[in-house]
Amino acid sequence: MEPTEAELIAAVLKGDAASFEPLVQKYSPRIFATVRRHARRESEVEDIAQEIWLKTFQKLGSYRGEAPFEHWLMRLTVHTCYDFLRGHQRNRERAFSELTEPENDWLGHFSTQPESASEHAAAARQLIGRVLEKLSPAARLVITLLEIEERSVKEISQLTGWSVSLVKVRAFRARGEMRKILAKLAKDKYL
Amino acid sequence: MNLAELQKKLVAAARANPPSDRVPYAFEKRIMARLALLPCPDAWALWSRALWRAVAPCVMIALLLGLWAFFAPKGNPSDLSQDFENTLLVAVDHANNYPQ
Repeated sequence: MEPTEAELIAAVLKGDAASFEPLVQKYSPRIFATVRRHARRESEVEDIAQEIWLKTFQKLGSYRGEAPFEHWLMRLTVHTCYDFLRGHQRNRERAFSELTEPENDWLGHFSTQPESASEHAAAARQLIGRVLEKLSPAARLVITLLEIEERSVKEISQLTGWSVSLVKVRAFRARGEMRKILAKLAKDKYL
Repeated sequence: MNLAELQKKLVAAARANPPSDRVPYAFEKRIMARLALLPCPDAWALWSRALWRAVAPCVMIALLLGLWAFFAPKGNPSDLSQDFENTLLVAVDHANNYPQ
């Protein structure tokens, strides 16, 4: 019979580091998906995931077992992603003039026929990536969790450790920041 | 350009393309190898590091106290000892002054 998650954690805490491997195997896909949502580039993803697992190992003693391990791990994941975003804020000022041809075409199509511009297009996906890249770390985190992952304010509060009112304030500011960036995108393209 | 609509479209584009959960090959092996390299916290090492760090402040305090003792204006040198003796013997003095 395979050991349970609680047994694996207890074994790691007693000094059996090998018991950590099944936990890494089980939760890595979830961690990689979450990190890919928050990271700016694919090249950063593995570094962040590695940092998350090293932190998990070092802080495992602070896991009390009151909530599921997955929740605790996801909080740590979001915190680490946020710290990484704050630590790597370069390139936020890059102009939208560097848009690729498909991105320009998609925007042109949207400006003439907004309804028929497909959100499934690769250009639309790249554009939202560019917009997110220009947001401040806090705004990017809130927009990702609230708008893209459609989480509730309470869930975001639990994941980030921010109070509910702080999440609301940051969400308000993040939407404003995003509107400004989109306005700049439209201005760069059409003026 | 309708910015609110553009925002909606772009957010919908992000939702429509969930990120991949692909894990690089042998990722867990690399993590385990990194964990093996992590320094093991040794209580003796922590103590000795803390004590070594405390050396400089302790030396500074000792020097300052030495300088203060050397340069401080001197009062009557017997003051402290006299006060100490008076305090210790106050009960005896009391008994001598007021015999029952």
